[in-house]
Amino acid sequence: MRSVVTILTIAAFASVPLWLRDPYLMNALITTGIFIIAAMSLNLLLGFTGQLSLGHVAFFGIGAYVSALTSLGFDVGLPGGFRVVHDPWPPFAGFVLAIIISGLCGYFVGRLSFRVRGAYFVIVTISFAEVVRLVALNWVELTQGPLALTNIPPMALSLPGFGELALHTKLQNYYLVLVVAVAAYLLITRLVRSHFGRAMRGLMANETLAVSVGIDVTKTLTLAAVISAGIAGAAGSLYAHYIRIIDPEVFAFINTVTMVIMVITGGKGSLAGTIIGGLVFGLMPIVLRPIMAPEAQWIAYGGVLIAILFVLPRGIVPSLTQRLSRPHGKTAAVGRVAFAEHSAKEHA
Amino acid sequence: MGSLATALKVEQVAVRFGGLVALSDLNFSVGEGEIVSLIGPNGAGKTTAFNIMTGFLQPTHGTVSYRGITLNGLKPPEIADLGLIRTFQRTSVFPNDTVFDNLLIGLHRQGRTGLLEAILGLPRARQSDRRLRQRAGELIEWVGLQRRAYDPAGSLSYGEQRLVGVALALAAEPSMLLLDEPVSGMNASETFTFVQLIRNIRDRGVSILLVEHDMPMVMSVSDRIVVLNYGRIIAEGTPDVIRNDPAVIEAYLGQGAVHA
Repeated sequence: MRSVVTILTIAAFASVPLWLRDPYLMNALITTGIFIIAAMSLNLLLGFTGQLSLGHVAFFGIGAYVSALTSLGFDVGLPGGFRVVHDPWPPFAGFVLAIIISGLCGYFVGRLSFRVRGAYFVIVTISFAEVVRLVALNWVELTQGPLALTNIPPMALSLPGFGELALHTKLQNYYLVLVVAVAAYLLITRLVRSHFGRAMRGLMANETLAVSVGIDVTKTLTLAAVISAGIAGAAGSLYAHYIRIIDPEVFAFINTVTMVIMVITGGKGSLAGTIIGGLVFGLMPIVLRPIMAPEAQWIAYGGVLIAILFVLPRGIVPSLTQRLSRPHGKTAAVGRVAFAEHSAKEHA
Repeated sequence: MGSLATALKVEQVAVRFGGLVALSDLNFSVGEGEIVSLIGPNGAGKTTAFNIMTGFLQPTHGTVSYRGITLNGLKPPEIADLGLIRTFQRTSVFPNDTVFDNLLIGLHRQGRTGLLEAILGLPRARQSDRRLRQRAGELIEWVGLQRRAYDPAGSLSYGEQRLVGVALALAAEPSMLLLDEPVSGMNASETFTFVQLIRNIRDRGVSILLVEHDMPMVMSVSDRIVVLNYGRIIAEGTPDVIRNDPAVIEAYLGQGAVHA
């Protein structure tokens, strides 16, 4: 049942370019898709471990810069008279490096802050994002600072038999983002349904008990942080090669806030929710632009956010599923249905 | 009981919180396959002693050892790895998950598949998952909660949640179980069933240390009882000895009771 919905959703998204020809809307869908990937990675932390990363855009931005610099090449002097010269590599190598280096940053931030967690984790992640932004702004020799990294090549795939295929068109980039988004979705879903995910849920619900049944707190949370940061890095890389120009503004706090809003409105702990929340807030500017000034758009954003959370306090998807399942009776009935489903699965 | 090999040994343990002496010079042991109860009035230091034995607190002085291994300085998961597993007074379940999922979380240590295997759903990971599910079912049956298996644990009655807590502890395959006030809040028939369960667990070779207020329950289930008051042991012995010990009667009922 669930996998049928997943396949139909993927098919629906895959069919979009067949009937949507407007390049402006395609562009909006691609950037929204990139943000949804980043927001899904944030949901892994916020929805499944309960840790709020308010510097999540740092991993996104690091991915963008790593990928851009890998494919552009650089020549940088280091203290002590050393020079590091890097020749341009294919963009796909940048994509892979973006995931690895963002993941490593996730590891260090996780290790540093998960000893204290909660509010401290929030503060460490905010500070981390700000430090990274300042580095990007001031290390002009490497990042061009406010002048921005320009002429970033588009993502290219080397297919055996076809040679190098550079993804120039919106159509190609749309499918690239879709493929990465599906991969991220499957990765996170598989992870949270495995015993690693159960350990995360246990920690979030009752940490003392989780520890006593032998769940390693730091290891579990760090694992979530690494995978989350790696996926955010992948999204950043897609962004860099699609927009093809990046400046330190990618690290802006508002980008993190956008991701958090997508996760919260869609529903913490629901990836489908993040996709819906992402589409609502990613595409809202398109709807509002003809009728509102930019300042008024922000107010409308806030209004919609409050309205959604007022009507559906746990987020769109969890609140709706709860409402739909309620008419069937009390928990005991739900239990029996679940048991029946379970036995059916066993026999299948 | 002297013929039993010693499982848990507490020697000269003292705990101070600043100037407050929570425990002083605590000495006792639990033999393999024995049911020992730790009792005492509120504030006597029972829970502190418990936290020391499971690594949630470090003693100011003295040592705790389990099967010859010193526990001082070990973290709770490391102590759990030795087979010494506890239950909690208040927070005994993961409330939003079903009883079945609670057990799957509790079986975490048994499911040692690699990250990549788990994500890709390789045969070994699936097989391990199937084994865990089967084991979870067995544990639920053991504590008698089959009918509630797919209800959220938070919706269960207090007594049933305690049973989930015990099943969670059993999931870790303990060689010794430490139960912190397991029957508080249970009615008489629930308590009776619980006593059967404890005996049943012991008969499968698990040593048990019990902290409990419910005197009839303690008297009926224990091989030996250790009585604490103001952080000290004031009596130790079989239920019959404890029942007639003047110091114990005084601690529980006040001074006049001894002479009455």
